[in-house]
Amino acid sequence: MLLSWRGQLRRKGIMRKNAYYDFTQRLYGSDIAAAFYILSLKGGFRFVGQSDWFRADQRGKFNWDFLNHKDTPLEEVDMSYTVINYRGLDNLEGQQSLRTLALRGCPEVDDWFLARLHVFEDSLEELDISHCPRITTGGLAALRNLKGLRRLDLSSLPGISSPGLVVILLEEMLPQCQIIATGYDYSIKQHGGEEEVQR
Amino acid sequence: MSAWRRLHVKVRRAHGLFTSRRVTEQYTWMYGPSTLGQNLSTGKPLRNDFFKELEAQLAAMRKKAADALPGSSWSPFDINPNLPPERADIVIIGGGVMGWSIAYWLKQKERVREGVKVIVVERDLTYSQASTVLSAGGIRQQFSLPENIHLSLASADFMRNINEHLGVLNEDPVDLQFNQSGYLFLASEEVAHIMEENYSTQRQVGAKVTLLSPTQLKEKFPWINTDGVALASYGLENEGWFDPWSLLNAFRRKAMSMGVIQCCGEVTDFKYTVSMMTSPGGDPVVYKRINSVKVQMPKGLEYQMVECAIVVNAAGAFSGKLAEMLGISSNPKDTIAGTPVPVEPRKRYIYVVHCPDGPGLDTPFLIDYSGMYFRREGLGGNYITGASPKEADEPDTSNLEVDHQFFEDSVWPRLAYRVPAFEKLKVTSAWAGFYDYNTFDQNGIIGDHPVINNMYFATGFSGHGLQQSPAAGRAVAELILDGNFKTLDMRGLGFRRIMAQEPILERNIL
Repeated sequence: MLLSWRGQLRRKGIMRKNAYYDFTQRLYGSDIAAAFYILSLKGGFRFVGQSDWFRADQRGKFNWDFLNHKDTPLEEVDMSYTVINYRGLDNLEGQQSLRTLALRGCPEVDDWFLARLHVFEDSLEELDISHCPRITTGGLAALRNLKGLRRLDLSSLPGISSPGLVVILLEEMLPQCQIIATGYDYSIKQHGGEEEVQR
Repeated sequence: MSAWRRLHVKVRRAHGLFTSRRVTEQYTWMYGPSTLGQNLSTGKPLRNDFFKELEAQLAAMRKKAADALPGSSWSPFDINPNLPPERADIVIIGGGVMGWSIAYWLKQKERVREGVKVIVVERDLTYSQASTVLSAGGIRQQFSLPENIHLSLASADFMRNINEHLGVLNEDPVDLQFNQSGYLFLASEEVAHIMEENYSTQRQVGAKVTLLSPTQLKEKFPWINTDGVALASYGLENEGWFDPWSLLNAFRRKAMSMGVIQCCGEVTDFKYTVSMMTSPGGDPVVYKRINSVKVQMPKGLEYQMVECAIVVNAAGAFSGKLAEMLGISSNPKDTIAGTPVPVEPRKRYIYVVHCPDGPGLDTPFLIDYSGMYFRREGLGGNYITGASPKEADEPDTSNLEVDHQFFEDSVWPRLAYRVPAFEKLKVTSAWAGFYDYNTFDQNGIIGDHPVINNMYFATGFSGHGLQQSPAAGRAVAELILDGNFKTLDMRGLGFRRIMAQEPILERNIL
């Protein structure tokens, strides 16, 4: 029972961090709420028209200057190594000019999260989902909606069983996108039949 | 009996301690004369040396003494250990995904530990004819009935957090192999307006769907032939397909870890009490209350009468036959008591085809207005396809044999017309499964029966049972334990519409 409590507490902590920042949104508007959410999760972002990034440091402290830029949408978001999950996307949903999204090494990003990225289908150009342990091939099929995607980083995804084939299929699915997939062992294994087995 | 015999042998052995030589002579005489004076038999010697196995013999004696005393579970009669218990609170008939979902939710909602004793009775644990494992495994929110959309949406939410719900400590996490590829419905000119109405209902309820014109469709999926297509409806999120066996096993594993008893057996009879009341109009109304369920063991005549408070009919394609055992058809046809449960099995075929030049990773679950459907299976150019037959050509449901001619006549032409790349394909395998077809209006029946007081139904989903099972299981558990639907209002899917003869038809094209 204690072990299950520990798991439940951890999950509750993640859910609390990813809760909808309704209060902030009502007071400051959705862009500032999104910015505040990103900084609370120790991510970083850059506004449209600005050139410098706002980041939170290791201890979670950040500069409050971002409050000066009211109603400026976000252009680039870096949530690498944070605990963002499906519910956390509630906070980022209204961002129609989001061009870059970096989700490197996020432990809670899974297939359902990728399916929800369809809200950015017009604007998203760069997506980095390398090193995310929960992503599988079924979720990569959900990236079909991102028509504007130009750069996709799929390196070292442990959940994909046949990475070479998946990369080829993705290149066919997204013809204008450059796919980066390093960190896989593409050598032909002894049991060649295993590669063709479907999930 | 054998215990006494064993004791007797031990007594003889004990005597051997004192009269060893005489016993030896006796035994060699029994086995025939041997000149060497040795026992040449190759079987185990009947007389064992008492001291060699002293420890083991003493332990066995202690165990036998403990068994003989009251308070032990030893009994001289060999009872079949697979029999269900004699008493239970809730008996769920049918061990498919619906039955196990209800069992899980019942245990999840009970407020005290071991508050309800739940038994799931399934007659075939290999699931060779069960609709759950033979299904194509798709989930969609593109229905026209708001209740159906709510059920699918709630089930998708459940599957998104499936490890939170169905994760068992120390076991592997549940992997549904969910493919987030969405459904694509194609509509011709005549039905395009229905699709538009459905689209607005779906959006209102919260499904993430989008409409596509033929040009947008061609741009998105260049391999489709858009002749005859006036409008297309495409699911963006929470739609796709998954592995039904994983879901069934996840539910079963979690429910059994919470204390649900699984029983392999077939329900062949009910014992019920009948009470008669007069309606205000003066007609007599007969109410039945089930007292116990007769569960017959497979391959044998043994049975067990399980006394229960509530029976849940989740028998899928065979629910109608099960309800018949309660003698519904013996009543006059136009009364409430005489209305049969309108669920019957309907056979549907699924063919696995291989086409190397077929559509790629982004293939949705495409459903054509002609009734044909197909989806991608795996990464190697395999697809699963099928079609709904016309009412007049329903195949025979006595077996699960596949009719390959049906593929040649009805499926392949439509498939090749819609996707020209499929003109060159090869059928690698096929199977058939039953729909628990609701002949009344092809929508699920969730709720209690008006005349049979303690039987609840969760059946008749006509092909969408798997995708609605988590939410439907929760609805039935709420009805049983809380008395009313709490999270989703499924009163529209109850028996009332069947009694009042008001079908709520799904205005979708499949």
